[in-house]
Amino acid sequence: MTMTLIETKTLGTAAASIEFTSIPQDGTDLVVLMSLREAGGSEADGIQMRFNSSSTGYSFRRLFGAGSGSPTSDTGGAILWMNSNTSTSNTFANASVYIPNYAGSTNKSFSNDGVSENNATTAYQAIVAGLWSNTEAISSISFANPSARNLVAGSTISLYKITKGSSGGVVVS
Amino acid sequence: MIETPTKVIVDCSTGESTIVPLTAEEIAQRETDRLAWEAQEAERLAAEETKENLKASANAKLLALGLTEAEVNALTA
Repeated sequence: MTMTLIETKTLGTAAASIEFTSIPQDGTDLVVLMSLREAGGSEADGIQMRFNSSSTGYSFRRLFGAGSGSPTSDTGGAILWMNSNTSTSNTFANASVYIPNYAGSTNKSFSNDGVSENNATTAYQAIVAGLWSNTEAISSISFANPSARNLVAGSTISLYKITKGSSGGVVVS
Repeated sequence: MIETPTKVIVDCSTGESTIVPLTAEEIAQRETDRLAWEAQEAERLAAEETKENLKASANAKLLALGLTEAEVNALTA
């Protein structure tokens, strides 16, 4: 198995979303690593992921905690949480997404985990198992905030491909 | 003047990234997403509040039955 960096993007100025297009189809799985913060909001806010610009066909189960109370399981509208404007200054949420068989012709599953960072009681952590009920090969992925707020400068997303059957290692080119 | 939101497109075939304004269709979808997300979050927060209220009510009833606080905590933790 080899893990190869496809592209990484750090925002120089705030933007509504980051979209990776023309994703090479020669990998087996995709991995996305994120460091995100939004402009505005309170506590933490969601991260929205879209494949091939499609806004339909997503379903998932999310298990999460918010720093107090009992952990909750739901089928909410965002895959993970990102830091907001009231999170501790200059901190960013961390999250990862794993998408197996992204170039195949079956429905696409994905799994995610992530935390928001905050030096206070309220900080979210979540794990997610999801499905995109669509058989298209994934050629583009976008990440945004479902509250329609911008991602701040410094937010970073890296896209990797996993290739099976080759010698082990991580390749950054 | 209200600035048009932008998105950053990273073309994985060339490595180039460009900043482009959202189209009218994308802005409309963004607003649809926002309304849906706010409704879902309101529902989630209301459910959490209901759950916490039920928990507090149940604890109070157990204490009223004569259980000690340690016993209630052992049952509900």
